[in-house]
Amino acid sequence: MSLKYESQIREPLVYGNKTYHQVTEDIVRPIEAKPTKLWYVGFYTAVALLLFGIYSVYREVVYGVGEWNLNKTVGWGWDITNFVWWVGIGHAGTLISAILLLFRQGWRTGVNRAAEAMTIFAVMCAGQFPIFHMGRVWMAFFVMPYPNTRGPLWVNFNSPLLWDVFAISTYFTVSLLFWYSGLLPDFATVRDRAKTKLRKLLYGVASFGWTGSTKHWQRHEALSLVLAGLSTPLVLSVHTIVSFDFATSVVPGWHTTIFPPYFVAGAIFSGFAMVQSLMVVVRKVFGLQDYVTIGHIEAMNKVIVLTGSIVGIAYLTELFMGWYSQSKYEGYTFWYSRANLFSPYGWSYWGMMACNVLSPQIFWWRKMRRNLFVTFFMSILVNVGMWFERFVIIVTSVYRDYLPSSWSVYYSPSIWEIGFYLGTFGLFFTCFFLFAKYFPTIAIAEIKHVLKTTGESYKENMGDYEKVSAEEFAHKYAH
Amino acid sequence: MAKKKFVVGCFDDEDVLFPAVKKVRTAGYKIKDVYTPYPVHGLDHALGLKETSLHTAGFIYGLSGTITALGSITWIFTKDWPLDIGGKPYFALPAWIPIIFELTVLFSAVGMVLTFCYLCQLAPFVKKHHFHPRATDDLFVMVLECTDSTNSSEAESFLTNSGAIEVKTEIAEDGWWFGRYDKNEMLFESKSVIA
Repeated sequence: MSLKYESQIREPLVYGNKTYHQVTEDIVRPIEAKPTKLWYVGFYTAVALLLFGIYSVYREVVYGVGEWNLNKTVGWGWDITNFVWWVGIGHAGTLISAILLLFRQGWRTGVNRAAEAMTIFAVMCAGQFPIFHMGRVWMAFFVMPYPNTRGPLWVNFNSPLLWDVFAISTYFTVSLLFWYSGLLPDFATVRDRAKTKLRKLLYGVASFGWTGSTKHWQRHEALSLVLAGLSTPLVLSVHTIVSFDFATSVVPGWHTTIFPPYFVAGAIFSGFAMVQSLMVVVRKVFGLQDYVTIGHIEAMNKVIVLTGSIVGIAYLTELFMGWYSQSKYEGYTFWYSRANLFSPYGWSYWGMMACNVLSPQIFWWRKMRRNLFVTFFMSILVNVGMWFERFVIIVTSVYRDYLPSSWSVYYSPSIWEIGFYLGTFGLFFTCFFLFAKYFPTIAIAEIKHVLKTTGESYKENMGDYEKVSAEEFAHKYAH
Repeated sequence: MAKKKFVVGCFDDEDVLFPAVKKVRTAGYKIKDVYTPYPVHGLDHALGLKETSLHTAGFIYGLSGTITALGSITWIFTKDWPLDIGGKPYFALPAWIPIIFELTVLFSAVGMVLTFCYLCQLAPFVKKHHFHPRATDDLFVMVLECTDSTNSSEAESFLTNSGAIEVKTEIAEDGWWFGRYDKNEMLFESKSVIA
């Protein structure tokens, strides 16, 4: 007899009177139905953006990095800002699927699949920026350490930029494996109820011949647990290493020891915001409100207010250290280039403060955490704020160098820099629209696993358990 | 691979399944497998399956990643092409920790997934016999393998009495083969059935 008790005080994770079959029906329905008009509109908009992005990148490849408005001091402008922004967004998926798995947070089951998909697409977008920033992109393979005819001249293993190559490619691979191994049983579910030949063929290939054997499930569970255990330090390491790109330099504004935890918190913050933006829409469009409940939304909003406040502390610590260090350059960067609203980029600093630190405080109120409109609006605001943060870190630190003679003119992006950024939105949403249509957006097997413990209709019967005294209960059910 | 005779019993409730597994095993039937739509905790123990050692494999893969990274970087930076970078020592271990860590994780994850696929015989275009299409939806499908001494109709009624909502006897291919799920190909004309 398996133990199926959870306190009634805890909110159900699955609403309604569901059976296992009903769960399958609800989640697979969007895959089997024809896409709606709205889906086509969204999908083609994304493809259009993608095409514009491809043209922008084409110009950059053919004419060189001169197509961008970078200058002598601002060598990392929008490009690296966008890179760090997308990588940050790509942290929520693995956080939800790995760290929350280790912490036994049941609510992860409703959102982990979509969040992991989002992670993978975000990392794909992020990867484009440093690759094309190289200028001569056809030599991008030079970053790989391999015996070559140039000496062999090896890459610099002591450089954070190379650590980044390893971190991001490992992160992408491991996330993809984690995501896909979780998808196998769900593809099998779609395959076994498929009516059309094409669907049988495609989902048959995709499910690798999964049968649901007990032994396979046992191995699958072991695999998920170990992959979660590996991904947890991995996800923390990735943004730590991204922060090293800055922190190991001697540029005032970058040369900061609090960068690793500050970047990781910021990554989780923006990642959860992106999950919110997507899930609020997906659950509505596909009618999955019973699975991605308002309780899920609230839980994620709690993470947002926590990480937003951590980021806020980091901003204040930086300001404090800018004064306390008594370093002229640090002071200039933090108190003039950033905190002074009337300095050239002061607007971006205060935009960041408003979006990341002040506005998320609204989530201290339960009513606000459970309000979909507030959640959606805030999730957009947080992502704008996190973009400002990366822009502030990069541009305000470098636009005025140690040497006033090389101070740059006001940096603003060219249309092709903006186009590249828009193009990654196109890539991201093209992938996400395809995912939402053709993949089970919620982990079916995992929902079934928790259904009889946390399903609303099953919880109503938990009262019988609660009448039993604790000792008697333990005696009867504990192993 | 060969065709074998199986008795299939479908259950729709875990609370019925667990006592049934116990009864069937005590009665001496050989359970080939139980196919479930989600990982039912404790079912592996109830079936008497051994713990998987996939974790150990993961550890070994991880270790090989550590050794690969540490070994190659050491050889490259101390033997093959010692490079003076800002006066740092050639053997700059702290600076290599990130890459060593990443390769450990990469080797472990990739190795484990490949091992998992190998052990479970999972790959694109692999096809297996599915005893019930609802095994991935809402049924727990217990499959008994018939031996010389098994009376299949007796086994069927035994399963029904244990709470199975649907029973049947099937002759099916035991292993896997390359095939497509949209085609119902005949594997081979095998008249002889083991047991």
